[in-house]
Amino acid sequence: MQDTIVEIKNVWFGYNGQTVLQDVSLDIRQGDFIAMIGPNGGGKTTLLKLMLGLLKPASGSIRILGSAAQNASHHIGYVSQDVHINRSFPITAVDIVLMGKLEPAKRWARSSARDRREALEVLERMEVAAYASSKIGELSGGQRQRVFIARALVTQPKVLLLDEPTASIDPKGQAEFYRLLKELNKDITILVVSHDLVAISTHVKSVACVNKRLHHHHQAEITGEMLEEMYPCVEEGTCPVELVAHGLPHRVLKYHKGQ
Amino acid sequence: MFDALQYEFMRNALVAGLLASVICGIMGTLVVVNRIVFLSGGIAHAAYGGIGLSFFLGWPYLVGTLGFSFTAAMVMAAVSLKAKHRADTIIGVIWAVGMACGIILLDLTPGYNVDLMSYLFGSILTVPQADLWIMLIVGALIAGFVIYFYKDLLAISYDEEFARIRGVPIRALYFALIGLLAVTIVMVIQVVGLILVIALLTIPPFMVEKYAKSLFQMMMGSSLLGAVFTICGLWLSYAFDLTSGASIVLVAGIAFLFFFLVDHLIVSRRHNSKYVPTANPKRS
Repeated sequence: MQDTIVEIKNVWFGYNGQTVLQDVSLDIRQGDFIAMIGPNGGGKTTLLKLMLGLLKPASGSIRILGSAAQNASHHIGYVSQDVHINRSFPITAVDIVLMGKLEPAKRWARSSARDRREALEVLERMEVAAYASSKIGELSGGQRQRVFIARALVTQPKVLLLDEPTASIDPKGQAEFYRLLKELNKDITILVVSHDLVAISTHVKSVACVNKRLHHHHQAEITGEMLEEMYPCVEEGTCPVELVAHGLPHRVLKYHKGQ
Repeated sequence: MFDALQYEFMRNALVAGLLASVICGIMGTLVVVNRIVFLSGGIAHAAYGGIGLSFFLGWPYLVGTLGFSFTAAMVMAAVSLKAKHRADTIIGVIWAVGMACGIILLDLTPGYNVDLMSYLFGSILTVPQADLWIMLIVGALIAGFVIYFYKDLLAISYDEEFARIRGVPIRALYFALIGLLAVTIVMVIQVVGLILVIALLTIPPFMVEKYAKSLFQMMMGSSLLGAVFTICGLWLSYAFDLTSGASIVLVAGIAFLFFFLVDHLIVSRRHNSKYVPTANPKRS
């Protein structure tokens, strides 16, 4: 029986009189690999922030391993969208990863040797150990992304939340990235917010569509109907989602076994 | 040059300058990386209100000025947390009103008023020994605070959102930081003056940031650089009978200019020469 790690129940959220999330419910179970898709402004990032306890729902509840979201953010490994802020900051990759070991309870300027070894191991796993002592500004976008994932992983989270991780990576890098996530998924539950419909559909296990409301499709294939709902075509010929896959419009295939 | 050191006031000035360099190296680093230079300027100029208050009420300099600056700093800190988009304006208002209060209060103070210039431009040559001890204690306090909360301060400065998720007490630390900044500024005003305190807080860290690999390195480098500027500036002011505070800042400014030009030239030359690809583990 799979344990439920995150339990989102009937959550409503809004500000300035606008409803951003309407009666949203979602169960994230151990081993899940969920892709969260939906239009901008539909509430994806808001839902992530609610899960992290950075925002409070107007009504409904979010529980992580039984505790309220505000008290349980240390169970979540979070990789935010923005990889480019603070590039000139004097900090090395390994020090960024060590930030994940931050715990207000233990406080001393120098990190223990064990923390440092752990940080280097995670960087090794993300294949950027060579840059451990390099300043963050010297790394490429993709490498920076991996350092931030390493930082999230070193917190030994129960679930990894990634917010549009491949927004600034080229298609080849994206494919590589999702292969990596699939590998990580063997040990850790993952939820990815993304617009890369092609890349994610071939690796994820289920899809959550967020557009004020949330529909969790327990299947990996993103269907034409899902896409219509998420990214509606309003005009003939100016479809925001143009996916041509083997002659079938708006259908993203799971396998491409030489068909 | 060394015959200057036979004078006690010169020795005191040197010690004051070195203490100020270390304090500004540490706090200045945090100011520069957190981009709160304008807020620091606000505190510095609002401090003048405290100076006026001290004289008007007959209180010692440190009591009145610290109290006033601390209050102004807390208000500015609260505004910059709660209403970030309006923080600039509010800081600007407090900056100006604080200064105006100080001037008016000094106008209203009967009797001989101390030379206003000494607070605007510093009077490192008349720093009493008691103040040196106070500076040493303040320096130790700041160093202790930064060492104890180093990881938290680093997290807040680099990635506040992540720090919040990890449970770092952001508000408390931010207010503590701004409070210490107010104390720093009030201390250093005596050395280089209100108008120039920002220069000592920002020029050394700015020069070191690019080459430092950690916040700690940046603080060390800034302190060292500040000490060099102070010593050179003091020597210049002794040799040519110039205002000490301004001499220190001028040395800092010239060094900064030189650094900027050299850095620019080296960087542009590197770009124009043959491209050398760096190590890249991208798999095919």
